[in-house]
Amino acid sequence: MSARKTLAVWKFASCDGCQLTLLDCEDELLPLAAELDIAYFLEAGLARVEDTYDLSIVEGSITTPEDATRIREIRARSARLITIGACAVAGGIQALRNFADVDDFMSVVYASPEYVSTLATSTPASAHVQVDFELQGCPPDKRQLLEVISAFLNDRRPAIAAHSVCVECKRAGNVCVIVAHGTPCLGPVTHAGCGALCPGYHRGCYGCFGPAEAPNPRSLVRHLELPEPERERLFRTFYAGSPAFGSPPDG
Amino acid sequence: MAERKISADPLARVEGEGALHVRLSDGEVQDVRLRIFEPPRFFEAFLRGRSFTEVPDITARICGICPVAYQLSSVAAMEDLCGVAAPEPIRALRRLLYCGEWIESHALHVFFLHGPDFLGYPNAFAMARDHRATVERALQLKKAGNALMRVVGGREIHPVNVRVGGFYRAPARAELAPVADELRVALEFAVEAVAWAAALPCPDHEEEFEFVALRERDRYAIEGGRLASSGGLDLAPAEFPEHFEEHQVPHSTALHSRLRDGRAYLTGPLARYALSSDRLSPAAREAAAAAGLGPVCRNPYRSIVVRAVEILYAVDEALRLIATYEPPHPPAVTVTPRAGTGHGWTEAPRGMLWHRYAIDGDGTILDARIVPPTSQNQARIEQSLTSVVTAHASLDDDQLQLRCEQAVRAYDPCISCATHFLETEIERC
Repeated sequence: MSARKTLAVWKFASCDGCQLTLLDCEDELLPLAAELDIAYFLEAGLARVEDTYDLSIVEGSITTPEDATRIREIRARSARLITIGACAVAGGIQALRNFADVDDFMSVVYASPEYVSTLATSTPASAHVQVDFELQGCPPDKRQLLEVISAFLNDRRPAIAAHSVCVECKRAGNVCVIVAHGTPCLGPVTHAGCGALCPGYHRGCYGCFGPAEAPNPRSLVRHLELPEPERERLFRTFYAGSPAFGSPPDG
Repeated sequence: MAERKISADPLARVEGEGALHVRLSDGEVQDVRLRIFEPPRFFEAFLRGRSFTEVPDITARICGICPVAYQLSSVAAMEDLCGVAAPEPIRALRRLLYCGEWIESHALHVFFLHGPDFLGYPNAFAMARDHRATVERALQLKKAGNALMRVVGGREIHPVNVRVGGFYRAPARAELAPVADELRVALEFAVEAVAWAAALPCPDHEEEFEFVALRERDRYAIEGGRLASSGGLDLAPAEFPEHFEEHQVPHSTALHSRLRDGRAYLTGPLARYALSSDRLSPAAREAAAAAGLGPVCRNPYRSIVVRAVEILYAVDEALRLIATYEPPHPPAVTVTPRAGTGHGWTEAPRGMLWHRYAIDGDGTILDARIVPPTSQNQARIEQSLTSVVTAHASLDDDQLQLRCEQAVRAYDPCISCATHFLETEIERC
């Protein structure tokens, strides 16, 4: 039997939800731990330091000079590195600082800003190192996460569709919330993966899986005819760090 | 002079990343620091300029483990601000969703983060090698909590169904039926989990606590209530700042929340239990009595037993709420913005979570302030560590470190939550 592949899970600026997605795989967790050698996963109490890991999973965005160094070190020690979730893939909700003066933000929250070490921007890992695969979602879908891990264990590309939420929504048989109710919905430009959750709950998609492949936000903006600041608020949330959603066209 | 340093850096099995440093000199504790090196994320800053309707989606992202706590504290504050009270059927559905979060968060903590300490395992995977059935059933219990969050909230992490005024869609009774089946199975294990936690070898260590928790007249407080304390406080959400303050301590750059008289206090399961154990369901009260818990538990290590009792209560309560469930119609009340300030709080799994917002007449947020349980408990955790180290100074360094880590985990600190506003000094050793 060949040696089990080693897995490491790393956290940067985030809510912990993406690594929790792994712990939320209740039926698969123990079999996965038998199949893989989970070497480093601090929240789960695993902290074995190795020279190299076969697969590193990265959660969270890069927001401090120390973390910009740390992601490079992790890359150097990882045969494969994948990022999971909106923070690691696009900078997360904290990338809203990219549109503001971080010193202003600092003074709102901190009495003594001089103690806080932070960068002016929140950026994805891919802005610092080469990333082998990016799994979208805030949070990512756990079946997709298992598919990605399984694909890397078997040296194949993950089967993750890059089309829009609309495809999933039609497949689920939902009534279109834009057409039927005039509800603003980012489904036409948002990456699939959630299973068209929000329209199933009678609300518009708010884009928490980020831009789909080749999105057309201009067309959607024209159709929705949203006044400011609603247009900017709708697009600029959890994927504010992505060009398509961070700076949507004005129609 | 004999100087000893005990460090756990980084600290494992907590939510978020932090470290622990204790310095002793001739057996006397000189310094205790629970360090946080999570980078700041500036939620209060970027909430300014957003719409009042966006708070449940945005503040959920402070914490992936307790998003419902953020969602429901934020909507409570906005409804208070706009002079709207959600009717009872909406409140009941919120409580049901919250039960799911208590179950999954507590099950994760009891069996994955804290439990292994008591049996000498480094983690739950190692524990599963010898206690496979227990870990498997714990996972099923956690899964039942997540199933409940999924059916009511749409998904377990960052639910999509919560809005200011109520819900986007009320689940049909038929949608809840399969979850009730799962919960009935979970109930059996939850009873066993209390006995399992009670039988764990536990350090004998009692401390005096100032307990602070929400309390309701007729039920165990989860999604609202008035603030009560063992010192006799009885407050509405708007009165919180009059009685509590945050201040900086010289050895750390973290803000610590204390009572106005300077004392540290405790929020979370031990506090809720001490102030409301008589409001638990009969099944939960019975299990607590069988586990040897009196009306008040002052041993922080025994908080694992109280957490197990709360899991049992949340399962029991969820089943009661499903049995009497009538879908609220409409699923949300209309909330019209008006200029002003509003306050809201709820009981997150790890303690009371307070939100305050100011908005203008268009509903644009002018100011936001959020005080999570971990920042409230931080001063008390450090005090507890001083007491633990003093009482167990004769242990060797490795044993003392484990005992300290176990004590920190007893408070279930969520560093991701606390750090959205904590003064953070990055010190990577």
